[in-house]
Amino acid sequence: MKSIKTVKHVILSFGVLIVIWQLGVKAFQVNETLFPTPGKVLQAFGVLVKDGLPGSTSNATLVEHIGVSLGRFFTGYILSTVTAVCFGLVLGWFPKVFAYVNPIIQIIRPIAPVAWLPFIVLWFGIGDTPAIVIIFLAGFFPVLLSTVTAVVNINPIYLKVAQNFGISKVRTLLTIVFPAVFSQIATSLHIALGTSWIFLVSGEMVGAQSGLGFLVMDAKNCLRSDALLATMITIGVLGLLFDQGIRLGERQLNKRYGLGIGNVA
Amino acid sequence: MYIDVTEVAVRFKQGNSEYQALDRVTLEIEKGEFICLLGPSGCGKSTLLNVMAGFIPPSEGTVKIAGTKVEHPDIQYQTIFQNYGLLPWRTVEKNVELGLETKHVKKEERKQIVKQYLAMVGLEGAQKKRPAQLSGGMQQRVAIARALAVESEVLFMDEPFGALDAITRMRLQDDIHRICKETKKTIIFVTHDIEEAVFLADRIVVMSANPGRIKEIVNLQKLKNRERTSDDFIVARDRIFSLLQMKKEDTVEYYL
Repeated sequence: MKSIKTVKHVILSFGVLIVIWQLGVKAFQVNETLFPTPGKVLQAFGVLVKDGLPGSTSNATLVEHIGVSLGRFFTGYILSTVTAVCFGLVLGWFPKVFAYVNPIIQIIRPIAPVAWLPFIVLWFGIGDTPAIVIIFLAGFFPVLLSTVTAVVNINPIYLKVAQNFGISKVRTLLTIVFPAVFSQIATSLHIALGTSWIFLVSGEMVGAQSGLGFLVMDAKNCLRSDALLATMITIGVLGLLFDQGIRLGERQLNKRYGLGIGNVA
Repeated sequence: MYIDVTEVAVRFKQGNSEYQALDRVTLEIEKGEFICLLGPSGCGKSTLLNVMAGFIPPSEGTVKIAGTKVEHPDIQYQTIFQNYGLLPWRTVEKNVELGLETKHVKKEERKQIVKQYLAMVGLEGAQKKRPAQLSGGMQQRVAIARALAVESEVLFMDEPFGALDAITRMRLQDDIHRICKETKKTIIFVTHDIEEAVFLADRIVVMSANPGRIKEIVNLQKLKNRERTSDDFIVARDRIFSLLQMKKEDTVEYYL
């Protein structure tokens, strides 16, 4: 029942949006090169899927661009979150060390990952690495800090139990602390997934010759606003799919382990 | 004596001042005794238990169990907490196995031990359940089974039934009484429930607050009839009741 209702909401909202869009473009006689109609965007989408962007420096199709982007995205996201969680566990376990590391983190954290791009391109050249590094930077700090906070604020009863049963420090960290704080880390992993996807596109806009971010820039250079919008919508839909995917994963984890992983709005 | 608490004082820092939680407490406990630490909140009964279990180092004095000085928690001396301390991501079986993993007990043997102790606490067949699927009383039973499974000599129980409803609490009191008799464990049990203390204890250590001291030690070993509604029980209970109201501060052992 609930899913039928959700489907109804989705169809209605998109239906109304497309109608307004179409009517708006026609009624105000907007130049279609500046803002294309839904029909044109759909057409451009078809061409992108079949042959890629005409006049582009790359002859990859949309699907190939998506594939390249996904590869970078998952590489960056997994690298970033795994390192952040590992460092977070250790730094949370040694708060005195964290007190020294924290000031440096707090200075680096507010710098937009994209600001690193000139250095990244200088050091690593153009290709997969810049986008991966950007995603790494985007995901790393939030996950690191939330892991540290979770470990510092762990319910002390877990540590007492571990001590009482003579569990070694390393085993306590891996088999008691990590599962105990996982539900809190999961929230930041969820948020980092969305942030990473956003920064992937930024990274590819400058540092790559392929991928969805590159396609955005390329469509702009070819003055193809319809292809541009088609790419943007593709990015949005994929982002939505990831979000739904991780929600599904969280629900499965909750079902299996009853961890009470919270929903992210 | 099996457990020797000698001149134990505990002071906590509170900003610039110090808070005296325990003031020169001396207590001797025999093997197999059931001791209840009873008193109002702030009397240091939980602190005393935590010092004996090795979680809090005393500012002064020593605790010895079986002649060895207690300096940190030990798998031989298990603590049962008010909030159970179960690991929610593990099944009941895996929770009970926790200490057995440290002791490197073989897998088949572990299953056997888990089965035995779950039966002892009345939770046969609950192996595959998660703690969240159990009521509070059942969760505390799992925690007790987990502590018993490592064949600990001493059980420290820190208001273990404090979060349970009255009827569940009485059931668990019956069971811990039976388990104590069956396994001959030494049990130190913190409570603020007079009836609970009278029902369970061989000796009740009545404590007073500010600073935490032992006020009286009431010996109930001669109290045969522990039916909660029996005359003996009510007389003993009234005795403790009036003790807690008393102002005098001499340490006397009563034999009822």
